[in-house]
Amino acid sequence: MADESLFDFLHNEIVNYILDKDDNKSNEGKEEDLSILEYIGFSTGYRIIERLTKEMPRFKDELDTMKFLCTDFWCALYKKQIDNLRTNHHGIYVLQDNNFRFLMNLSNGKQYLEVAPRYVAFTCGIIRGCLANLNIMCLVTAEVQNMPSCKFHIQVQRT
Amino acid sequence: MAVCAAIIGKDNSSKFFVTLNPDEELHFQYKVLSSLDIIEDKLATGTKGGADTKELYLGMLLSLETYKIYGYVTNTKIKFVIVVDSTNVVLRDNEIRSMFRKIHSEFADIVSNPFYIPGEPIISKNFTTSMKNIMTGTV
Repeated sequence: MADESLFDFLHNEIVNYILDKDDNKSNEGKEEDLSILEYIGFSTGYRIIERLTKEMPRFKDELDTMKFLCTDFWCALYKKQIDNLRTNHHGIYVLQDNNFRFLMNLSNGKQYLEVAPRYVAFTCGIIRGCLANLNIMCLVTAEVQNMPSCKFHIQVQRT
Repeated sequence: MAVCAAIIGKDNSSKFFVTLNPDEELHFQYKVLSSLDIIEDKLATGTKGGADTKELYLGMLLSLETYKIYGYVTNTKIKFVIVVDSTNVVLRDNEIRSMFRKIHSEFADIVSNPFYIPGEPIISKNFTTSMKNIMTGTV
């Protein structure tokens, strides 16, 4: 469908734009700065969650929220559900997507593995933004071992 | 027809306040702010379970001599409060519910607006007009 690829193209261009800007500043040998990309995701997530939870009943607890994230939320964004959700019931959640949309068209295996972080940073931000607006403060990191599958680690910060 | 509507943020600070009669604003602010305690109470007991407590609409919070106050809390802990004249008997629970639902979609729209910074008071003219329309039932 054409309207779905638009989102992919826009996302790819945002990634390119941010890396281009990063190139202008001289930071040879350093890691790529993806914090802007992550922040764009954060504010997107923070805003979009208001609309997506409009028709939802109130969430019981943290796990309930995570389940919403894996099903309805992921469907709204990526037209599919998370394939696997694991938790240790102490604030660590691992969301596994075996066919992550932004990596799907990049490669099927280990090729281009070094650029994968660029394409998951936005999504990490989205997850963090959503949970922040739902009053769950957390750290989100992504792990890509074999494209196009991707794992998102959510570490809830308890005060 | 509602006489006053308010949006209260996560931290219980007022984000938006509109009254049909501007002279009564202060008077209504007291009423709305005093009903916040009841919202907190309802949310605290709501977490213990029960089927109907999962709804975003909280029902009537306060019934005063001249006014009735209704509440609604979103999943993101933003509180909507509506004050209705007690003499108005046409307005039933269902109408109030749909009013809140309309406010919620207006609010979702304003949050999606890039010129609105989440957590700041809402100063959009467009939003104020649509809120007034919802209150008077012209939409």
